[in-house]
Amino acid sequence: MTVPLLEVKDLHVGLPIGGGQTYPILKGVSFQIMPGEAFGLVGESGSGKSVTSLAAMGLLKKPLRTTAGQILFHGRDLLKLSRREMRKLRGDRIAMIFQEPMTALNPLATVGRQIAEMFYLHQGKSWAEGEKLAVEALANVRVPNPDRRAKNYPHQMSGGLRQRVMIAMALACDPDLLIADEPTTALDVTVQAEVLRLIKELCTERGTAVLFISHDLGVIASTCQRVGVMYSGVLVEENWTEALFTDPRHEYTRGLLGALPRLGSRSTQGRHRLVDIDSIIPDRSILTQTRFISPRGEGASA
Amino acid sequence: MRLGFNLVFGGFLTVVVILAGILAPWLAPFDPVMDANLMNAELPPDGEFWFGTDSQGRDVYSRILYGAQISLTVGIVSQVINSLIGVTLGMTAGYWGGWWDDLVNGMTNVMLAIPSLIFALAVMAVLGPGLVSLLIALGLTNWSWTCRIARSSTLSLKSQGYVLAAQSLGYSDLRIMFTQILPNMMGPILVMATLGMGSAVLSEAALSFLGLGIQPPFPSWGSMLTDAREMIQLAPWVAIFPGLAIFLSVLGFNLLGDGLRDSLDPHMRTRKA
Amino acid sequence: MSAPILEVDDLHVRFPISGRGILGAGKRTLYAVTGVSFSLAKGECLSIVGESGCGKSTTALSIMGLQEPTEGTIRFRGKPITGPGAPSRMARAKAAQMVFQDPYASLNPRQTVNASLAQPLKLHGIAGSEATDRIAAMLRSVGLTAEQGRRYPHEFSGGQRQRIGIARALILEPEIVVLDEPVSALDVSIRAQIINLLQDLQEQFGLSYVMISHDLSVVEHMSDRVLVMFFSQIVEQGGWGEIFENPQHPYTRRLIDAIPDPDAALGRARKATEKVHPVPPPGWRFSSDGSVAPDVFSPPEASELVDIGPDHKVRLLRA
Repeated sequence: MTVPLLEVKDLHVGLPIGGGQTYPILKGVSFQIMPGEAFGLVGESGSGKSVTSLAAMGLLKKPLRTTAGQILFHGRDLLKLSRREMRKLRGDRIAMIFQEPMTALNPLATVGRQIAEMFYLHQGKSWAEGEKLAVEALANVRVPNPDRRAKNYPHQMSGGLRQRVMIAMALACDPDLLIADEPTTALDVTVQAEVLRLIKELCTERGTAVLFISHDLGVIASTCQRVGVMYSGVLVEENWTEALFTDPRHEYTRGLLGALPRLGSRSTQGRHRLVDIDSIIPDRSILTQTRFISPRGEGASA
Repeated sequence: MRLGFNLVFGGFLTVVVILAGILAPWLAPFDPVMDANLMNAELPPDGEFWFGTDSQGRDVYSRILYGAQISLTVGIVSQVINSLIGVTLGMTAGYWGGWWDDLVNGMTNVMLAIPSLIFALAVMAVLGPGLVSLLIALGLTNWSWTCRIARSSTLSLKSQGYVLAAQSLGYSDLRIMFTQILPNMMGPILVMATLGMGSAVLSEAALSFLGLGIQPPFPSWGSMLTDAREMIQLAPWVAIFPGLAIFLSVLGFNLLGDGLRDSLDPHMRTRKA
Repeated sequence: MSAPILEVDDLHVRFPISGRGILGAGKRTLYAVTGVSFSLAKGECLSIVGESGCGKSTTALSIMGLQEPTEGTIRFRGKPITGPGAPSRMARAKAAQMVFQDPYASLNPRQTVNASLAQPLKLHGIAGSEATDRIAAMLRSVGLTAEQGRRYPHEFSGGQRQRIGIARALILEPEIVVLDEPVSALDVSIRAQIINLLQDLQEQFGLSYVMISHDLSVVEHMSDRVLVMFFSQIVEQGGWGEIFENPQHPYTRRLIDAIPDPDAALGRARKATEKVHPVPPPGWRFSSDGSVAPDVFSPPEASELVDIGPDHKVRLLRA
């Protein structure tokens, strides 16, 4: 059995509320990501999926803090690293793409320069070399006319192109893990489909593992091999994608899938009512009491 | 409302100025105008004359208390006029747009280009000195910032769903402006008015100092400074106390304005009991 | 079928964009809606789908009278509601109301729920106990309690706010409700509740919906008829079954294939592009599939909406 690339072990994150008390945000989240694997965390707002990804990047905003647990990356606990060591790791071994590429890019620098900076900072290349590599990186994310586009500022690009630039920056140093937090939520559907395909292809090609965060079950299903469903700070169910969608075990997952209007279901089932989670599970507090974590069988990962 | 330091301290200073103005007839040991006695001229502060006396022998402490009435009147009235002009122009310009918006924008830019004190001076020159002309002059001078804020708030509120909904529910334009837009921009307008009170008090002092505001012998903090000019070395208290009064009241208004800005958030409001 | 309740006839909306040069040099025209026509039957849900900038929201605002059409007429029960002789805002209010996308921006933060429901009633001459009763009944219809009516918007969750927005849209008992991305800002479980509520209310009050959406799963679930818009024009229109089971225009197919649907992703549902390849009628060819961003500042290429079946039209170019 291979060693996991990222292993989150019993992670607790809390919000101090005075008097030595903390309000729990994450209540013991554990999961593993194997090298080259795409793992998805899906959940509604407030489920803790984004907090999990920020904790893994060491980017938790104060006053949130990790109260217990480990985040092992290549066997090293990220929570024990100094800020300097963490900074060296970020962008180089672990990279991240965000929901809104406009805010994540510097509006005052050309995108070529911003990608070049990654090579300059993490690989010690000269600026001239960096800019040459930046054009290559843009070509890799299938930006048309990469040498001309490298001279563009972020505001001269469409949302889809900016997200490609973000991906080019994130993958510039060939990281082992890419964290994608709702990377396509702000995009139109057809652009979203292209960007998702791009992330999937590039990561498969380079063997980059992906931690995919999304509220959209369809996005997760189309990109990930394994999925974790989060609810209220707890990973309530984890399984291989196919199994999770065909045979959901946890009541919440079942409710979530039933609440989703599915393409084509009207042709087969006629006009029907969507599942209202609140009416089938009136007391939501019981949801976090059961967890279904299916083991990683050898054969199941096809 | 959250109680920050600015709000509490600014509010405290403002309340002190207001009380001083209202209670002046009872608090002042002497009449600010009639109790002139050249025998007592230019006495330093002591047990009888707390802030000393001026060149005519009038009690500086009493004159400052009465001066607060002038400063408050000027501050409040001029800001009410400013806000009315600014909000009316800004809100209608932002809501209706078109040529009216261009015209209002043009006027705002012209007003911003003219130093406000110069404009007030020109108005005073036409109207002649005195309290009423001072109020009109300051009321006409400082509406441009309020107007800009009202216009930009209206522009952003105009596209909010609830304004569109009000239009589709059949509300008239004026009703929408008064029930949907105005209440939602009162916060920044109130802040501007409070901050404006500080600058109005300063302008009053400056105009009176130049001899165009409140005419002697009536006490205003600005005219008191004018009188103190010639003897600032012999009797510095005659200048220090009105100066301090201006400083503390302007500081009070500004802190109150900042405090209001921080705490006027509709999301802090809860159900009416 | 009875006479349509709403008819949109050759609607055009163009926006003049002032140029950067002095004296208006470089002034351009943005083509937002070009020649859109459709009709809505009583009790029907018609959806307009497309991506950002395709003109679907401008079309909705025109129906609401919030955007003056450059050309074309919109008729409610046979009477024009645009142009000269259009009814007043008050009179229109009972024809159509709107539910907005963002539940956080669609309610006045300084008004209680009751106040925002009572004001329009009062404006239309309903006050006192009749108004109180109607508000209480409306709150109940959307799943809120009378007690919640005394609260301010910030005390509610996104889903509850959307219920309040729906109550406000229905309080004057309009016949048409324009739903502008009514659930796209909501979480999956809340989304299902609001979709169910909208369908219940449609049945209960006999409402006709015009839904604006980019989410084709929701559109398939709710609609009777669908218009697909691309770059200011309708590229395909028809009954939901025609559009989802037998999409003809390349752009429609692209849009359906792009939906991140779990079944499609796991290969359990056939992609639109894998179905029989559509062939244009003789003498015609399909226009572009929308993969190239159009120039919104020049009028779209001359093309026509051609009938290719009962209640199914596709935009085609002459070959």
